[in-house]
Amino acid sequence: MANQKIGAVLVVGGGVAGIQASLDLADSGFKVYLIDQGPSIGGVMAQLDKTFPTNDCSMCILSPKLVATGRHPNITILTNTEITGLDGEVGNFEVKIRKRSRYIIEDKCNGCGICAQKCPIEAVDVFNKGLSKRCAIYVEYPQAVPLKYMIDREKCIGCGTCYEICKAKAIEYDQKDSEATLNVGSIILAPGFEAFDARLKSEYGYGRFQNVVTSIEFERILSASGPYGGLVLRSSDGDIPKKIAFIQCVGSRDFQLGNNYCSAACCMYGMKEAVIAKEHTPSNLDCTIFYMDMRAYGKEFDAYYNRAKDEWGIKFVRSRVAGVTEDPRTGNLFVHYVEDETPKTEEFDMIVLSIGMRPPKNVEALAKNFGIRLNSYKFCETSSFSPVDTSKPGVFVCGAFSAPKDIPESVAQASGAAAKAMSVIASERGTLVAPKEYPPERDVSQEEPRIGVFVCHCGINIGGVVNVPELVEYAKSLPNVVYAEANLYTCSQDTQKLIREKIQENNLNRVIVASCTPRTHEPLFKETVQEAGLNPYLFEMTNIRDQCSWVHMHEPKEATEKAKDLVRSIVAKAKLLKPLKKPLINVTPVGLIIGGGVSGMTAAVELSKQGFEVHLVERENELGGHLSTLHYLLDRDDPKAKLNALIKSVMENDKIHVYLGAEVADLTGFVGNFKSKIRQRNGEQKEVEHGIVIVATGAIEYKPTEYLYGKNPKVMTQHELEEKIANGEFGARNVVMIQCVGARNDERPNCARICCGQAIKNALKIKEVSPETEVYVLYKDLRAYGFKEDYYREAATKGVLFINYEDERKPEVANEYGKIKVTFWEPVIKEVVQIEPDLVVLSAATIPNPDNKRVAEMLKVPLTKDGFFLEAHMKLRPVDFATDGVFLCGMAHSPKYIEESIAQACAAAARATTILSKPTLEMEGIIANVNEDLCSGCRICEYLCPYGAIEMKEKDGKPIAHVTEALCKGCGACGTACPTKAIIMGHFTTEEILAQVKAALVEVEA
Amino acid sequence: MENNEPKIACFMCNFAFCQTEMRIPSNTSIARVNCIGRIDPVLILEMLEKGADAVMLVGCKPPDCHYIEGNSQAEITVKVLKKLMCLAGLEPERLKLLWYSPIDKKSFSSYTKEYTEEMRKLVLSPIKKAVSESPLMINILAAKNVASEFRLRVLLGREKELTESVNVYGEKIPIEEFNSLLEEIVASEFVQQKIHVLTQTKPLSIKTLSEAVGMKPATVLRQIVNMRRRNMMTLDHIEGTTPFYKALEVK
Repeated sequence: MANQKIGAVLVVGGGVAGIQASLDLADSGFKVYLIDQGPSIGGVMAQLDKTFPTNDCSMCILSPKLVATGRHPNITILTNTEITGLDGEVGNFEVKIRKRSRYIIEDKCNGCGICAQKCPIEAVDVFNKGLSKRCAIYVEYPQAVPLKYMIDREKCIGCGTCYEICKAKAIEYDQKDSEATLNVGSIILAPGFEAFDARLKSEYGYGRFQNVVTSIEFERILSASGPYGGLVLRSSDGDIPKKIAFIQCVGSRDFQLGNNYCSAACCMYGMKEAVIAKEHTPSNLDCTIFYMDMRAYGKEFDAYYNRAKDEWGIKFVRSRVAGVTEDPRTGNLFVHYVEDETPKTEEFDMIVLSIGMRPPKNVEALAKNFGIRLNSYKFCETSSFSPVDTSKPGVFVCGAFSAPKDIPESVAQASGAAAKAMSVIASERGTLVAPKEYPPERDVSQEEPRIGVFVCHCGINIGGVVNVPELVEYAKSLPNVVYAEANLYTCSQDTQKLIREKIQENNLNRVIVASCTPRTHEPLFKETVQEAGLNPYLFEMTNIRDQCSWVHMHEPKEATEKAKDLVRSIVAKAKLLKPLKKPLINVTPVGLIIGGGVSGMTAAVELSKQGFEVHLVERENELGGHLSTLHYLLDRDDPKAKLNALIKSVMENDKIHVYLGAEVADLTGFVGNFKSKIRQRNGEQKEVEHGIVIVATGAIEYKPTEYLYGKNPKVMTQHELEEKIANGEFGARNVVMIQCVGARNDERPNCARICCGQAIKNALKIKEVSPETEVYVLYKDLRAYGFKEDYYREAATKGVLFINYEDERKPEVANEYGKIKVTFWEPVIKEVVQIEPDLVVLSAATIPNPDNKRVAEMLKVPLTKDGFFLEAHMKLRPVDFATDGVFLCGMAHSPKYIEESIAQACAAAARATTILSKPTLEMEGIIANVNEDLCSGCRICEYLCPYGAIEMKEKDGKPIAHVTEALCKGCGACGTACPTKAIIMGHFTTEEILAQVKAALVEVEA
Repeated sequence: MENNEPKIACFMCNFAFCQTEMRIPSNTSIARVNCIGRIDPVLILEMLEKGADAVMLVGCKPPDCHYIEGNSQAEITVKVLKKLMCLAGLEPERLKLLWYSPIDKKSFSSYTKEYTEEMRKLVLSPIKKAVSESPLMINILAAKNVASEFRLRVLLGREKELTESVNVYGEKIPIEEFNSLLEEIVASEFVQQKIHVLTQTKPLSIKTLSEAVGMKPATVLRQIVNMRRRNMMTLDHIEGTTPFYKALEVK
């Protein structure tokens, strides 16, 4: 039947966006086919060294997601696969695919890599951007998922060596390309981007001068697993550079090349690469960034910018570089640029070109296959109010394909696209998936501890410093250790299989991994031991990377000794480990959303489409929030009409209960089982039960104290100007706009993101209603990122004057005899200019909602220094809080444009759905346990518990402490304080901790 | 008194070997093997290293071979060895492959006399004067390492199969294509092995290596990157802005 809906989704593109969308869909009960053209998933993020603004290792945070995707029972990864045709419509698509032959039987290959060690033929390593070689049989990178080798048919001479050598008999030379048809209900396109070809910008010498590299090549150079082992080297002579120049906007903001848009991520990654290059270079490295505008517009980005300048001493030169020449003798490079209207030349050892993003390769064929429209730059066409919808119903988009963007934006959009893709087939949830089953748990209570220790090389992260073979031998000598071995990457998929095998072979009943941080990797290993029939709490981990090899990088001997101490002490603890049970809790399939602006309403509508009831609480007497102050948009969409339609769809939705003029007065409970008191307009309190919370409290406009605001009626904010224009009251002939009012200063160091767009929007509107009006925009950096650059250009073309100012020379606004005078430095003519405008418009920052503090305390979630809500992880968990079941979206997170708020709102709905769609949730097993016989009922624990997880319950006439399992976070404060030692902290018992620290301090005899 | 006669080491197949015809000059010593295809390339380099001025391989002329095609395998060995000898700075004429049968009209001894004559024109083997760390000895050692490399030996062993019959995909590789691939591989293996030998005793910079191998620093860097991938090389220390690399023991 053609209109039968299918509970499966096709995700095209295995980069971080495609991965996130797949995981959200799969965790919400849908079957996912994740296809990628290449041999493994991971996308560009897998090639990056570190990520801004936290400097997290890219692979370290991505790898757990790769592995989770590879292991997910509801996800089928199809690599080397292309779309050849599409039929059907939303709810029921037929997708024809062709899978190119790998010449390897995927089910048989275990990724051991012996074939690549013996293959006689070498080829250029594309993953390392040609800076190194690989064999004709290869995997893209060591942590690749799926970890299946592939034969490069172009290079292979067919000698047959791999066939002879492969123990798994996985080689199949006559494997043919295969074709198949997938039946899915909806589709998400996440094909990513193609990096700009720097050769097209020939004046910068890429391809001609050896020491000019692209930013992606530089990421590989910086990477510890890259060609140079993480040391920055010049290609011409292998020397470490002393002076590097970074040239921004290569292939972006370039009208001649036709790429007028801004690639949105390069300013930050350029800065990050400069910072990391300094970190990776033993001598003092001099880094200079040549830029046009430093577009550090994201959350906490300006704080990073300030650190780059002040702490790291990176030099910033505002100039479009004219050209690069080379000294052929030394390979050094000359950067020719203009600063302060003076032509200058500076010599560097190396140049990094921050190359922009282009639409993915074969984008036209992709668009044709899926019947979607592209915009003028051949990215996917979307709109402000439908940021993840393509022009074809049932086909959604996320990541850089819709516009150049950074990782957190891509991840948020991916979850948002997942929400949309689910909602069209919500009725089919769970029809094509099976719950994950583990083998029965082995009873180890009667067994002697038999410990297995797995030591990770982490490429060179650990192995380059700590003597891993020595450590393994040492581990073998420790009491109760019956097995120990080293792995190149203990987190890789093949090692999981190996750990399971070793548990079986050696009858292990305790497993230890000595590697990186449990924060990212412990869940993976716990699952692995569980798959081998062990209770997951019989697993322990010790961090010999972050706390050993990284900090003792230059003392390999001492680091090895420390690693031994760490392993010895964790072995001592592991001996005492006991199995723990994970409590199961029920989920109330209802959502609570705080805030009825565009984000809150969108999240509510999306949750209702998933089939869940929603309570939507808005403090004002009307829905709409910040959006209701907008009268027009940059893209000429009508915000009023869209808002009214959204309000209507909320009010008419019988799954959404709206509370206006109300606030959440109290919230208790935990994921799946929250209880809230909603204080309503009439003073009444209503109690509701819900399984999740979404925080969408928005933000407010800063009321300036600067530039005579409030003292002179001619000084107003952008919002006030917009109101005036919309009401037809605008009549000024001379307008000065001042950017960054209340932002990027000592009090609020970060950028408010949307003011540049607002100023451009209002400037264009002024030019529309009154073309002869002069508009001056005084700015620090014009942050018109992505396609907004087009509007910047349009405004400049229409005569809006953009004049740069620096902090040292801020504009001055003075009141002289009723006239307002603006004085500022004009950097081009190098003179102080004074004008008498009719209006001074201040681009006032968007600042956090003052109620955030109260809400944060009530929900026990953190705020940033600025007062916005702080998500669980800035890069990969943009809409989650660290507290389970609580999510955030929109301007509560940070200032953002409508399309970004909507994408995040959909994302929060998708993330919430991963909980609400499950009837029960499995909780953490490391929690407090009360020995009721010992409990004296003193209530100290109840008082101390920061989560309200302990309450006193009457038993046999006396109060006894009772732990609410789902609320307990396992901090152990109660256990420490208990005067009668009645509280036992699972996995961190006093005996276990004592054994661990004793062994750390004193070497025990083997 | 110094003997200025070139010393020639001769490996001879059992069926080219005939007791009665052995009136050979005293400078030539003969080792008998079943088939000339048995002669390992490393062995020949070993002879040259030990001071032989020339090496002669004597076997049955194709298509005759009592072991079916050992002789054509020897042809391949000689082809590659001559390339290696050129790279190492030894005249390729110092290796000769001779097809001979006891029933040939020309006697074996006249062949050896001719070859001795030819060798007299070359100066005596430079190896005799070379000390252990001289460039030539390093080159020979590197060449030996190349000849014992798995990668190269796979190609030597498969050449006939791949160029005369078909490969695993049922395709025949044109001999010209195979030869140019082989040449490329031998050349890059030789540089890598040479760098490896040079850095075994002490860590060296790319600049020093570049002078030692007579190649651009950029080329040396690329080789080192590849050697690090193959676990042949590691970064030892950094002096100023210059990294120093040291060979790893190859397992």
